[in-house]
Amino acid sequence: MNLFSVRLSSTIRSVLSLLFVILSSFSTTAFAQSPLKVGSKKFTESVVLGEVIVQLAQSTGTPAEHLQEMGGTRILWNALLEGEIDIYPEYTGTIAQEILSGEKVDDVESMRHALAKRDILVSAPLGFNNTYAIGMREEVAARLGIEKISDLRVHPELRFGFSNEFMDRADGWPGLRERYGLPHEDAKGLDHDLAYRALEGNSLDAMDLYSTDAEIRYYGLRVLVDDLGYFPEYKVLLLYRADLETRFSVALAALKRLEGQVPATEMVAMNARAKLDKVPSGQVAADFLRAKFNTAVDYKEKTLITRLIERTGEHMVLVGLSLLAAILLAVPLGVASARYPNLGQLVLGAVGIIQTIPALALLVLMIPLLGIGAPAAIAALFLYSLLPIVRNTHAGLRDISVQVRESAEALGLPDGARLRQIELPLAARSILAGIKTSAVINVGFATLGALIAAGGYGQPILTGIRLDDTGLILEGALPAALLALVVQGAFELVERLLVPKGLRIEPEGETR
Amino acid sequence: MIELRGVNKSFAGAQALAPTDLQIEAGRTTVLIGPSGCGKSTLLRLIIGLIRSDSGHVSFEGEELTQSNAMQLRRRMGYVIQDGGLFPHLTAEGNVALMARYLGWDELRVSERLHDLVALTRFPEDGLLRYPAQLSGGQKQRVSLMRALMLDPELLLLDEPLGALDPMVRADLQSDLRTIFQDLGKAVVLVTHDIGEAAYFGDDIVLMRAGTIVQQGAFAELMDHPADPFVTQFINAQRRPSLEGGIA
Repeated sequence: MNLFSVRLSSTIRSVLSLLFVILSSFSTTAFAQSPLKVGSKKFTESVVLGEVIVQLAQSTGTPAEHLQEMGGTRILWNALLEGEIDIYPEYTGTIAQEILSGEKVDDVESMRHALAKRDILVSAPLGFNNTYAIGMREEVAARLGIEKISDLRVHPELRFGFSNEFMDRADGWPGLRERYGLPHEDAKGLDHDLAYRALEGNSLDAMDLYSTDAEIRYYGLRVLVDDLGYFPEYKVLLLYRADLETRFSVALAALKRLEGQVPATEMVAMNARAKLDKVPSGQVAADFLRAKFNTAVDYKEKTLITRLIERTGEHMVLVGLSLLAAILLAVPLGVASARYPNLGQLVLGAVGIIQTIPALALLVLMIPLLGIGAPAAIAALFLYSLLPIVRNTHAGLRDISVQVRESAEALGLPDGARLRQIELPLAARSILAGIKTSAVINVGFATLGALIAAGGYGQPILTGIRLDDTGLILEGALPAALLALVVQGAFELVERLLVPKGLRIEPEGETR
Repeated sequence: MIELRGVNKSFAGAQALAPTDLQIEAGRTTVLIGPSGCGKSTLLRLIIGLIRSDSGHVSFEGEELTQSNAMQLRRRMGYVIQDGGLFPHLTAEGNVALMARYLGWDELRVSERLHDLVALTRFPEDGLLRYPAQLSGGQKQRVSLMRALMLDPELLLLDEPLGALDPMVRADLQSDLRTIFQDLGKAVVLVTHDIGEAAYFGDDIVLMRAGTIVQQGAFAELMDHPADPFVTQFINAQRRPSLEGGIA
């Protein structure tokens, strides 16, 4: 009996059963009942509002989950249409400009109508209007008595600094200046963050901002009233699937209580707590709901350990499943490629081309096929894992000397037995090296999965980048690096088990 | 035993072996000899079916060698090549017993056969548990020979079995091999480019050049009645400088 094949099959069996355990625990917690699925975009305000929606729904006894930081408008909108999410906060301007860009929707009614045709409903606006605005330091504005943009006309001495985008857009500074007839000639274009500092340091008097920016509270800024209504409206409202009215009628009724209840000042405060004070967004949402509706929300921030365990589980599912699938396909592909050189060229070329697709693009390409979440990320990781394994299997088999190959043939050993007993053991080291490469690459690449709501170590990294919180970034990056090391070490152990001893000893020279 | 009728082989348009007839007799040692590229190894590989003849027939004990029976017939032949072709991931024993175990021999039968072979080839018994990387060149060839003989084949094919060995080991193994051939009384086909070795082993010598057989017969016959000036030329070319590693 061949030791190699015994060990290989028992190893595969134990890996499979381990994955099964992980996967089943994962799926029972995540997919057991169908909860209300709330989406949010990749910026703080959206995430906080997402939390508000989730917790308000939960307060009615409705199970709800938050697929946070899923990406931009396109991804959220498509996920809503596909039913991957049920509801998410959106802005009227975005709906008009991006989602319904081909249609003429100049008022709320026509927007409502156009959305309803797609079985999507909207709530009334929640209150604030997050649009472009002009901000000044409170004390300067108070001293000069400036409250609205038209007040600026009589202060031509004020120095303006705008973000480059705002400077260039027709609906930015050029249009604003024309509409209000502002006399200021030499507005400067500069980085948004630098503009805040310049304003604070008194080298600027006014800048562009979003009307609910966290920094408004931090720097003590006054947002000037757009008295001529120049800026388009970006009022936030809830965008949800029509079937929510039957599926989650109780939760929906509760959510409707938010209409008109979130003024800009409160949104600014919430953004500031989440972004500047680093209060977890769930906590910010819970405090808001308690103050607003006296809703007893039982919110507890998960401990670091719980978070780590959950993410490690998610990450291992991403890496493990994709790698296992890749091994199951790539090793046979490599064997076939070594056997049939013509096929081999085709296969190696194909998997090579896959590898040239940028990781992010590959993730996004999977969305139309598999939607948002772990399956799409696993598929992308799987495709990415193929090349190293196919190539190393192919190379490992091709490197076996003609003498050895022919000796096996000359013995009268049939094809299958030659492969199992001679060729695969001899190529084992090379094949394992390929698998190891794929595994380590996968651990890193899987962090990108968070971009499409696949969870894992990428989630804290993503949140950390959004909040500019190094601690959070490390909370994802360190375990990911550690896992890569562990994977590497594990494969070295496996190598010791699977690479035959005869291949690990050095020749002793000419002893007789 | 073996009969070749009109077998020939070209590689990428270049003829390696012209249509050739050859008979190999049981109980005799036939040596295929000639300069490199003369087609002697090709002939050997055609016999064991590692390559297929472009046309013509190879038959073994009256049975024609085909794609479908090649696997079965090979198990009745033993094959030894220059550097042994041992499987580096298996011990000497693993190499020798691989095929027997594949065929389901019980361990008692395997160990009895191993015991006999170790004695026959004068291989140290404790060396059986060593890996090829831990064996000397001469030991490797003895393992290779044991592997070829494990299933007690009717025909033994050797392709330059001594080619890679240094002279002392070579002389040692040479005399052992001849004893083994005589003891076994099997049909043996040995390929070499060394006329001394050919004379030492060969009951029949088949001298080849450029894919054709120039002369076939006992060494004395080639010496005394060369069929072609090339025969004398070939014999003398190797005898003149020295007999290094040659006739023992």
